[in-house]
Amino acid sequence: MSKIRHIELPSQIESVEKAAMSADEFARNQGFGDEVIFAVDLAIRESVANAVKHGNQFDEQKPVQVTLSDTENGFEVEVRDFGPGFAVSDIPDPTDPENILKTNGRGILFMRSFMDEVEWIHPDDGGLLVKMLKRR
Amino acid sequence: MSDITITERQAGDITILDLQGKVTIGEGSVALRTTIRRLLGEGKNKILLNLGGVGYIDSSGIGELVSSFTAVKKEGGMLKLLNLTQKIQDLLAITKLLTVFDTYDDEAAALSSYN
Repeated sequence: MSKIRHIELPSQIESVEKAAMSADEFARNQGFGDEVIFAVDLAIRESVANAVKHGNQFDEQKPVQVTLSDTENGFEVEVRDFGPGFAVSDIPDPTDPENILKTNGRGILFMRSFMDEVEWIHPDDGGLLVKMLKRR
Repeated sequence: MSDITITERQAGDITILDLQGKVTIGEGSVALRTTIRRLLGEGKNKILLNLGGVGYIDSSGIGELVSSFTAVKKEGGMLKLLNLTQKIQDLLAITKLLTVFDTYDDEAAALSSYN
């Protein structure tokens, strides 16, 4: 059974559910437990939603590329968009009292809270690549 | 098909919304927003959201809860939460929103808190 799965999705909201379902199936096939499956499900939904909305900005000419890998470290997820990119440090802390009633800005907090490692990379050819790991 | 079903009940002047399904980006969040805005338009501003049937919520859904809370408060009303699942409770704790929302495990206690 393959230990890597690549998916390419259009920049539309429906891609969030498709990515999550694919990750869920992949994780179960590879024998990951419920805790890993829940964390990856949440993180992949948030990262694909960000890629569609803030990265590719719903431009359906730009795909969202997702790579799922079962490695010796655990479950690795990569989500790549082809938008203008952004600096994660520019995202305000949603738990700060002045931001707590804002309606958005919590996705990155969820990714960081539930995954063991999250890294944002700016590839030379543009866009943004999010690499995440959930250990077994 | 929508990801969420919202059933409306009335207990005196309090409107209870029983949510079943997912409150996520797209239809789930929009359905909640539409329902809250309609209730406010009808002058119903005491709202209890029963989240016991919500199997999944994402950051967009959490944002919609916050948006609903502030919209109701702006109209002089109160929006409270009932029957949080452990996962929703965890997400509200991480975001520190447990300090913002009034939450209850018991419907009768929730209803009496409006008085």
